[in-house]
Amino acid sequence: MEEGMVLRGKAHVFGDDVNTDYIISGKYKFKTLDMDELACHCMEDLDPDFNQRVRPGDFIVAGGNFGCGSSREQAPLVIKHAGVSAVLARSFARIFFRNAINKGLPVVECDTSQIVDGDELEINLGAGKVTDLTRGTEMDIIPLPVVMMEIIREGGLIDYLKKHGGFRL
Amino acid sequence: MGMTIAEKIFSNHCGREVRAGELVVTEVDFMMGQDGTSPLAIKAFRELGGERVLDPSRVALVIDHSAPSPLEGVSNLHTLMRSFAAEHGIGIFDIGCGVCHCLLPEQGLVAPGDIVIGADSHTTTYGAVNAFSTGVGSTDLAAAMLTGRLWFKVPHTLRLELRGTLPIGVYSKDVALYLAGRITADGATYMAVEYGGELITSLSVEARFTISNMAVEMGAKAGLMEADAKTLEWVSGRVTRPFNPAAPDRGADYAEVMEFALDGLPPQVAEPHCVDSVKPVEELEGIPVQEAVIGTCTNGRLEDLEVAARILSGRRVSPEVRLIVAPASRRVLMQGMEKGIVQRLIEAGAVFVAPGCGPCVGTHNGVPSDGERVISTANRNFKGRMGNANAFIYLASPATVAASAVAGKITDPRRML
Repeated sequence: MEEGMVLRGKAHVFGDDVNTDYIISGKYKFKTLDMDELACHCMEDLDPDFNQRVRPGDFIVAGGNFGCGSSREQAPLVIKHAGVSAVLARSFARIFFRNAINKGLPVVECDTSQIVDGDELEINLGAGKVTDLTRGTEMDIIPLPVVMMEIIREGGLIDYLKKHGGFRL
Repeated sequence: MGMTIAEKIFSNHCGREVRAGELVVTEVDFMMGQDGTSPLAIKAFRELGGERVLDPSRVALVIDHSAPSPLEGVSNLHTLMRSFAAEHGIGIFDIGCGVCHCLLPEQGLVAPGDIVIGADSHTTTYGAVNAFSTGVGSTDLAAAMLTGRLWFKVPHTLRLELRGTLPIGVYSKDVALYLAGRITADGATYMAVEYGGELITSLSVEARFTISNMAVEMGAKAGLMEADAKTLEWVSGRVTRPFNPAAPDRGADYAEVMEFALDGLPPQVAEPHCVDSVKPVEELEGIPVQEAVIGTCTNGRLEDLEVAARILSGRRVSPEVRLIVAPASRRVLMQGMEKGIVQRLIEAGAVFVAPGCGPCVGTHNGVPSDGERVISTANRNFKGRMGNANAFIYLASPATVAASAVAGKITDPRRML
């Protein structure tokens, strides 16, 4: 991901405490490493039609504590493989947040309370702004620690480590 | 300003004073992956171009989540773990050894003052023996296997002072649930929780693991306790390498200090589908249950089986209920057999499954049917957690689960003790 990269898509709004079992149920995630197969079950227990409705580039928008629960990295991966380009939430559970960045899925901490399902959003990561184009409102993104910004800039932890050979602060 | 346990442990590892909020890169003393997370870590390790694991003696792989394998896909991932472990000389705990979070302390692999990562969210468990231990994802585990190191943000600390002593029939699980209810599911996000006070001192080390295990259910990064005489005695027969416990300074710089007087605490139950939706047992008594589960990394230890056996001795599991017991390790199972606990549970109608995670993660060993209610000693009751989104999971102590299994409905265990 380039700094200053702008993402545009439609909001799919969920509530608070969306846990990793809702993102990808344990009954599926243990049996395969094929994330495209798992992505068919993304958010299934919360919204059985999500997989049909989501379009490439769309956003998941949620309240507080998004991604709480398990450390399964399958959670950010299936979101990414479902075509979602970023997750916006008022707050994130820390393991999910770290995993998402490690896997190159942008996670955006901002005030999501005014975003309505179906709104058209624009995220400007470089400028640290989210614009709700449907409503004409603008929200500030809470900045990331510098090491996370660098991992995102390289597209994830694997490319970051390949480039730098270790962690740099 | 004095330092918290977390600040002390990170300072000791960094060789300089570090404070909450700082980003650091440190050595990791021990790291672990289980069968739900290790396969992706192995994939990431290969993508990183990893040829050898830096120090195999600091790594353990545990096959506990779906063990023995219920499906060919899982079997293939287990085989991937076995061959990776053999290739790199990593210790592997294969099916039936037990749950990672019971095994690592039991086998002396984690020590007071350590920094430990596990690709499993309940890695906070080892905070009970004064290790800064936290859950990470598979790629972080892969990076640590390759380099021996990882980056951390030194967390701020929420200090919980727990006062009083627990009444008969009330256990550390009730404390953990009560705290989850009070602090809420994200009340400690990004923070380390430090537990102190005479209530913690009064608990056995086994009972303390239950509390640290559930720190993550409040969003915490770690659930730390001081190493007292009980801790040092417990680890002394197990840990063979030198270690450096960390105690908080008087006047440590806490983000917040909360005090709870728990003298009259009644048994607690978490309702579906949130861990922080917690009520005293009397408010939920009488709700019928069809499945009861004793085990998991929260409550599958010997003391847990012992209290269940005490309640079930001379009683029968209700014909309306399936009671499933998953000992947290092979050693727990064998000690339970030596003490006659296993026999008493089986005589009462319990079904034993292999030491491991049991039905907690929804892959096998007792997936509930549509509309069924389960009472479990586990740590999570999310919708679909046990493999069926149309089932309802209640969380409670081993005593409450055993009493409810006898009565066929949620029951206050104090009447059966």
